[in-house]
Amino acid sequence: MTLFDDYLLLLLVVVMALGAAFVRDLLSGVLILAAYSFFLALLWAGLGAVDVAFTEAVVGAGLSTVFFLVALFLTSHQEEVRKQPQVRIITLGSLGVLGFLLLFGSADLPVVGDPESLPNKHVSSTYLRKSLEETDTPNVVTAVLADYRSFDTLGETAVIFTAGVACWMLLRRRDDSAT
Amino acid sequence: MIRPHDSVIVQTLAKVFTPIIQLFALYVLVHGHDSPGGGFQAGTLFAASVILPIFAFGIQDSQTMLERRAIILGGIGILLYAGIGLLPLILGQEFLNYGELPIPGMETSARRHWGILGIEIGVTIAVAATAVSIFYSLIGRGKGEEK
Repeated sequence: MTLFDDYLLLLLVVVMALGAAFVRDLLSGVLILAAYSFFLALLWAGLGAVDVAFTEAVVGAGLSTVFFLVALFLTSHQEEVRKQPQVRIITLGSLGVLGFLLLFGSADLPVVGDPESLPNKHVSSTYLRKSLEETDTPNVVTAVLADYRSFDTLGETAVIFTAGVACWMLLRRRDDSAT
Repeated sequence: MIRPHDSVIVQTLAKVFTPIIQLFALYVLVHGHDSPGGGFQAGTLFAASVILPIFAFGIQDSQTMLERRAIILGGIGILLYAGIGLLPLILGQEFLNYGELPIPGMETSARRHWGILGIEIGVTIAVAATAVSIFYSLIGRGKGEEK
């Protein structure tokens, strides 16, 4: 039953992605993208990655939707219909080959939750066993993000801040620079 | 460019939900040790609680201060993070090794617990301020072109 739910959600995610790509009205596209993120968050939650699901719901379905909406205010709601570009046979062919290679590679991925798979045999088991004792933190994800891999999180925060500075520099009003 | 919303339902709900979102963000932040969540999610929720009233009530003149200062607040968040990381470095330990934070009378694990909370607060401030700043940048641009 759980497996069936997962496949149903996966199907919905794919349908939402296609819908967002093909819809002409950009406002609808943004909202379909929000639904896409929401279904993806449910999928993450179903796989047990609750922290990822939370982030996907808050950032993907929430904040980025707001940013897209505000960006739409600055431009037009309607996609401009241009002459359909000719789909080259070589483009179609290389995309097909790429898709085949990705599917071919995914066959070698370890089963989710397999204790013998390579990612689970490295440091993660140490984190799982020791995080409560060493850091007083029951949520292993928080312990890994903010303690064991704190340097990475510092870098990620700096990346977000850099994005904010870039937006501020590109989009600030001209009369701001005069004052 | 963002006018107050016409519907009284939207305005009332925004009034009710803004403090609830902020309370939930605080919960997500301080409860990140035990449940899903942490700095990133809490920061985004705080940003949402700033953005929601703007959609409901329009942009207020009193917010132009926040508009220009938000990005500086983001830098302060990162400085808080890096500052907590620097404390052990000054004391001769590794960068970001909270186990060696100079808090007297505490187990190493408890120090790491509080160190995590400290940097999560830094992340929250940085993410919330950056998100609000990007939002203000986007709507500020529209206002400039209307003139």
